[in-house]
Amino acid sequence: MNQAVLQIENLRVTFNTPDGEVAAVNGIDLNINTGDCVGIVGESGSGKSQMFLAVMGLLASNGAVSGSVCLMGQELIDLPVNRLQAIRGNQVAMIFQDTMTSLAPHLRIERQLSEVLEVHRGMSRTQARAKSLEMLQAVRIPEAEKRLRQYPHELSGGMRQRVMIAMALLCDPQLLIADEPTTALDVTVQADVLDLFDELRRELGVAVVMITHDLGVVADICDSVAVMYAGRVVEQGAMREIFQSPQHPYTQGLLRSTPRVDSPVATMVEIPGQPPNLLAMPEGCAFRERCAYAMDLCASQRPSLASADGRPQRSKACHLNQLEAMSR
Amino acid sequence: MFGYIVKRLLGAIPTMLLIMIAVFALIHIAPGGPFDNKRPMPAEVRANLNATYHLDEPLLVQFGYYLSGVVQGDFGPSYKFKEFTVTELIGQAFPVSLKLGISALIIALLVGVPAGMVAALKRDSLLDLVVMSTSMTGMVIPTFVLAPIMVMVFGVHLKWLPVAGWNHGALPNMVMPVIALSLPYVAYVARMTRGSTLEVLRSNYIRTAQAKGLPMRLVLFRHALKPALLPVVSFLGPAIAGIVVGSVVIERIFGLPGLGRYFVDGAINRDYTLVMGVSIFYAALLLLMNIVVDVAYTFLDPRVKLK
Ligand SMILES: Nc1ncnc2c1ncn2[C@@H]1O[C@H](COP(=O)(O)OP(=O)(O)OP(=O)(O)O)[C@@H](O)[C@H]1O
Ligand code: SF4
Ligand SMILES: [Mg+2]
Repeated sequence: MNQAVLQIENLRVTFNTPDGEVAAVNGIDLNINTGDCVGIVGESGSGKSQMFLAVMGLLASNGAVSGSVCLMGQELIDLPVNRLQAIRGNQVAMIFQDTMTSLAPHLRIERQLSEVLEVHRGMSRTQARAKSLEMLQAVRIPEAEKRLRQYPHELSGGMRQRVMIAMALLCDPQLLIADEPTTALDVTVQADVLDLFDELRRELGVAVVMITHDLGVVADICDSVAVMYAGRVVEQGAMREIFQSPQHPYTQGLLRSTPRVDSPVATMVEIPGQPPNLLAMPEGCAFRERCAYAMDLCASQRPSLASADGRPQRSKACHLNQLEAMSR
Repeated sequence: MFGYIVKRLLGAIPTMLLIMIAVFALIHIAPGGPFDNKRPMPAEVRANLNATYHLDEPLLVQFGYYLSGVVQGDFGPSYKFKEFTVTELIGQAFPVSLKLGISALIIALLVGVPAGMVAALKRDSLLDLVVMSTSMTGMVIPTFVLAPIMVMVFGVHLKWLPVAGWNHGALPNMVMPVIALSLPYVAYVARMTRGSTLEVLRSNYIRTAQAKGLPMRLVLFRHALKPALLPVVSFLGPAIAGIVVGSVVIERIFGLPGLGRYFVDGAINRDYTLVMGVSIFYAALLLLMNIVVDVAYTFLDPRVKLK
């Protein structure tokens, strides 16, 4: 019953820079099925955005991608641009963090919405307008009719993000990628927008990828989560389990640095140190320099992502055995 | 919108007044007067002339006379071309300058904008290199150097184009003056368009447009074009001023009967009213163009509100 929506295999994203080749994403496998809501969590620079920009085929011009990305069984890597264009915004949609700059400042909301339908559905202007209005109402934008005539700067941040969500859902995509959709919003608006995501994905059955650096934000709405560090997945599993018993030292650190509703903010602890330089990735475990449990083995051999607890749904990339992790 | 324009026009009045005072003061400070011919004239004749033109009265009174004339649209008689009023002279000459200036501006936009865009879209290609280096050359060579070279090559040696003259604005007569006048602006507009296009193409909303699966044509023309043109529109104000000033030089080099010629002749002859008239006209034109450009800007960028 659970059909595969997105299958990523050994995805690598590299950038050509004057200082050398930067490996932003370094061999990632990920499967997303219909109805899934997957959280992608990691510190700034861990490769979360580039991984999914690669899925969309929207890397910067100095970027290169290898591996395999299958959307509904169709390979996207090296697909000609015109074929990709037919898929983007149609079968897979992506929304971004900074709503002020992510909407065209000089175009009315109506134009920015209806053009998606005109391009992908061949709708007339009037049809597209009606459907756009419907969609704005579906994302619970007050006075939707009026919003259609407005420009992005006339809307609040929360409303702009709702417009982005509406825009993404116009063509009933199978997959919605949300790159830090609530980071720029006020805390109260954040909760509203997350609720909206949850509601919409259940209603529409769209698979959702939630990119965030804050595990707490997606804890309630994601079923599973992949934790990224320096371009790799270091821990993966069901949201609840990872939230309750993180096994990778990095995940544990992330959770400690996450402000939690049920504990005073004062207990927040940042993970000490910096992520490794992607230009010169160290041998062994990339987290070694910052890991309190680092052993000799960690310096010589990179831990591969393997099932933890002997269960295929739960995996981590760490040499530490489970017992040691429990007694942190 | 209407209120804004009225407000801007009223705001221009003090500026105009200051300009008039400055020009009036400057031209009277300059040694010599309009009737200082090489041949001395009889004292009675001179006194008579001075009386007719109020030149024997205190400067402040003279300015008062002049101002009251200007307010009624009368720039007075020319001291040199006695059979014409200054208004008539401007009326004859301005169409020439206007045709020259507008042609140059249109060329600057028509060539500069597409060149800059193509250079940006084909960044680091040979085409980009050609556009950028040509425009750099166009910007550093002064008009008064370029124009005589063009005359030598295309007028004197190749005899393709007339060396000088207006000939009622015939195309062959227009080619060299317009090119010489527009070249620095073509170059500048191209560089500016390239820069702003590159910036727009890097922006988040272009990424959004691509993420929506829009074809490249829509991404470029609907999402990128307008914002990329904003700096060019802002530049139009100063560009118009520059082209007006530049045309003074060009009109002299090519012997064209435009405003620039009267401006220079008027200054040399101490033709007080003519210099004043042309200066006021130039100043009013520039102030007006700046208002027009500011209003035009709001049509391109909805975030800008007129107030
Ligand atoms: N065009 C580029 N050229 C060179 N390096 C790049 C380029 N784009 C991204 N990178 C690098 O790729 C790495 C991963 O970037 P990415 O945007 O995926 O981070 P992220 O996990 O989304 O972080 P954030 O939370 O800050 O959004 C970063 O170190 C970044 O510097
Ligand atoms: S592999 Fe070693 S260094 Fe890396 S996280 Fe595990 S214990 Fe720490
Ligand atoms: Mg990111």
